[in-house]
Amino acid sequence: MALAQVKIEATEERLNTLDMPQEGWSTAAREDALMRLRSMGLPSRRDEYWKYTRPDTLVQPTAPDAAVLHTDEVPVFDALGRLKIVFVDGVFSADESDDLTLEGVTIERLAGATADIHWAKGLYGVLENNGQNPVERPLAALNTAYATDGVLIHVTGTPSKPINLIYRHISNSSDAILHHVLKIDKGAEVTILENGPAAARFNKCMEIDVADGAKFHHVRAQGRDHERRAATHIFARLGTESSFKSFTLTANGVMTRNECVIELTGDDAHATVAGAALGDGDFHHDDTVFITHDAVNCESRQVFKKVLRNGATGVFQGKILVKSGAQKTDGYQISQSLLLDEDSQFLAKPELEIYADDVACSHGSTSGAIDEEALFYLRSRGVPVGEATDMLTLSFLAEAVEEIEHSTLAEEINERLAAWLARRRG
Amino acid sequence: MLNINNLHVSLEEEDKQILKGVDLTVEAGKVHAIMGPNGSGKSTLSYVLSGKEGYEVTEGSADLLGEDLLEIDPEERAALGLFLAFQYPVEIPGVGNMTFLRTAVNSQRKARGEDEMSASEFLKVVRERAKSLKIDADMLKRPVNVGFSGGEKKRNEILQMAMLEPKMCILDETDSGLDVDAMKLVAEGVNALRNEGRGFLVITHYQRLLDHIKPDVVHIMANGRIVKTGGPELALEVEQNGYADILAEVA
Repeated sequence: MALAQVKIEATEERLNTLDMPQEGWSTAAREDALMRLRSMGLPSRRDEYWKYTRPDTLVQPTAPDAAVLHTDEVPVFDALGRLKIVFVDGVFSADESDDLTLEGVTIERLAGATADIHWAKGLYGVLENNGQNPVERPLAALNTAYATDGVLIHVTGTPSKPINLIYRHISNSSDAILHHVLKIDKGAEVTILENGPAAARFNKCMEIDVADGAKFHHVRAQGRDHERRAATHIFARLGTESSFKSFTLTANGVMTRNECVIELTGDDAHATVAGAALGDGDFHHDDTVFITHDAVNCESRQVFKKVLRNGATGVFQGKILVKSGAQKTDGYQISQSLLLDEDSQFLAKPELEIYADDVACSHGSTSGAIDEEALFYLRSRGVPVGEATDMLTLSFLAEAVEEIEHSTLAEEINERLAAWLARRRG
Repeated sequence: MLNINNLHVSLEEEDKQILKGVDLTVEAGKVHAIMGPNGSGKSTLSYVLSGKEGYEVTEGSADLLGEDLLEIDPEERAALGLFLAFQYPVEIPGVGNMTFLRTAVNSQRKARGEDEMSASEFLKVVRERAKSLKIDADMLKRPVNVGFSGGEKKRNEILQMAMLEPKMCILDETDSGLDVDAMKLVAEGVNALRNEGRGFLVITHYQRLLDHIKPDVVHIMANGRIVKTGGPELALEVEQNGYADILAEVA
């Protein structure tokens, strides 16, 4: 189908502001991605998967300004032993980053990897390309073509500490594009932490290849600058008996679109994608998830919870696709919102498409207010109404937070959730 | 301790009067029981006293230790010393029982201007009091009332009572849904809390709970009023003859 002229123009207008980096091995992948992008065009409101989220500000040639949030708060993972990799408005900061050496893993920057032959060549843009079908993800193709930097992480063992990607935001008008590739070898295991608002507008893509028996843990906290915008993609391929667990905390942000595309290609693999989002006022948060079961006896879980107030909007589009041979699939999907007033809204589109006959898939989606019975129960025990409301809000979010395997990380996240609520209480 | 005068209450949502002039005084150190048929207004009385929304007081007053209960929020009533053991304790997923208990104890202490209880002190006290109610470490760790049996929920109510050390305890049909052994355990927990400074109001349909928690005074409630007051023998009379005779007598 030919693209509408208006879409072609919008796409070219955006491309005119970008330069494609030249790095040897990645050039072919970048050029392929640009062709893909031109054939689909950047998203518009008329596209099926952009009905609930206006893509305009993510697509327009320059980033809308976003004020930097000044806070004395200690960044989320600072108390943990970890290897730090810092980007400031999308630009790598050697001064603030740790030495990139750690046993069990090799870490390189995308911008520095100029060799003609590189292990990442087999993955860069490859998982993204696989994830374009059946649903187009043009912002990810744009990312592959134009990413200015990122990290290439090859996990060969089990590093002793997590790798923490920190995205600082100091310029009101920054427009950052980063692309990370992770290759986790057979039986290896790694934890990736991400935090920070990154830029006024952030386009981030992460491709993850989880080999047989390998484990990937991921916890991210998207920075709470009110005006920041982000479009992020995760593309993952899971081998036999591998495990993928990703959790995202989103508090504030005028526009966030988090897409996660997972393909279970080996038997007995497990994937969990979970998220807790907190929005107050001018807040739009969209979780779009696509999980494909293409192997036997795999389990997948999608657990998304949103707390919305003062006219905030939450969106969930989650799909489970079970291919014909994927018997014994166990798919679970839940998306819920707690609406703290009548101005806020939650839009959910759960989808199941099943071609195998021996599967168990369940999905549910609800919107509700604070449970008055429970609130009275807590107050009757002496807990003041504000604290009681917060306790019930945390109780609502708990199912998502419990998906984090490491208890210290789950506690960190819970503390941030409680602090956000307490600030709102004043 | 607790003084209720000519209390009239109707439902906010519909024009229906539930309490039609309740007069009741509970003294410190005494156990009063309220018995009565279904729909007589017993549970409404307990909810209005503890501050549940949805009820409108159209006439009369209720005060605890000289403070007007009806003017203050549920949490303030609790800090003042009022405690309601719920007929149907509420399940709260995701909030640990221990966290809940500690938040409640410290919220009340804070409201009264007292020092908060330290984590270690709290742990020591809670373990000791939980033990006598046969509440194990697992029940303390689990989310509030989630997956608890009927008996466990009621024991958990009594544990909260023991931790919060209220001055005035209202038990709303605490015996409902309990087998004989569970009821004994709950009654022992309540009896252990009886002392000179504490008043109790025990709401029940049946006399059998009062075999275990011996009341000083028994009231019969019907159609939104206290229609008869007497000693423990009144409960036995109800057990033998039902409410019909008493209601006919006062009609």
